[in-house]
Amino acid sequence: MAEVNQGNRPLSPHLSIYRPLWTMILSITHRITGVGLAISITMITWWFLALAISEEYFEFANAMMTSVVGGFILIVSLWALSFHFCNGIRHLFWDAGKGLELETAYRSGLAVMAGSVVLTVIGILVATGVF
Amino acid sequence: MRYQTDRQRVEGLGSAKDGTVEWWKQRIGAVALLPLVFLFTYPLLRAIGADFDEVRAIYEHPFNAIIAILFFITIMSHLRQGLQEVIVDYVHGKAAMTTALLANTMFTTLIGVTGVFSVAKIAFGG
Repeated sequence: MAEVNQGNRPLSPHLSIYRPLWTMILSITHRITGVGLAISITMITWWFLALAISEEYFEFANAMMTSVVGGFILIVSLWALSFHFCNGIRHLFWDAGKGLELETAYRSGLAVMAGSVVLTVIGILVATGVF
Repeated sequence: MRYQTDRQRVEGLGSAKDGTVEWWKQRIGAVALLPLVFLFTYPLLRAIGADFDEVRAIYEHPFNAIIAILFFITIMSHLRQGLQEVIVDYVHGKAAMTTALLANTMFTTLIGVTGVFSVAKIAFGG
């Protein structure tokens, strides 16, 4: 008789047993970028507070933001914001009942990913004074 | 078999007792953020790394100040709603969830108020 697995069986099809799909990855990325942007906005708010406090404190905050680590965080934040923005629009279309077909959802996902990269590049160009 | 009473069905408010109000608030905030995020981020990207007087001048301008204040107010509720969804999904147990939700409200309110106060102080020349 075959061994019966008692008590150690999955009770419901948990997320981890599925092969990751493109749409799943985008979905969790929306959450991760959202939570990550909470850290970004905390940094930005601190920078505004420093601007309101004094010139010396602002110089310190500004130097932190433009340091290698600060700059890296800002660029990642810029991409996170761009992604969350584009995918947010995708969500608003879904809320209106549009674009829910599987094929369309895959293609709009690709558009979101492409859009997030384009917006990040534009953002970097704005920050470096090209625009 | 219908488990709802006629009154519950007519009111249509479900178990949370506030119907779809929170859902709608989330969408309205998200739509408001579509233009705001551009109008807020553009001067911000120009300002980061610039010197004190330049940055002060940017946010002393009424347009940039109003946009920044609108942004902080809108992001405060958008952030609270978003983090709340994540907490409700991943934090288990009544005590832990209540604590996390409370901390979330306090954190997002602190961010919003600090942002609005700072921009207002700068704009009023303080």
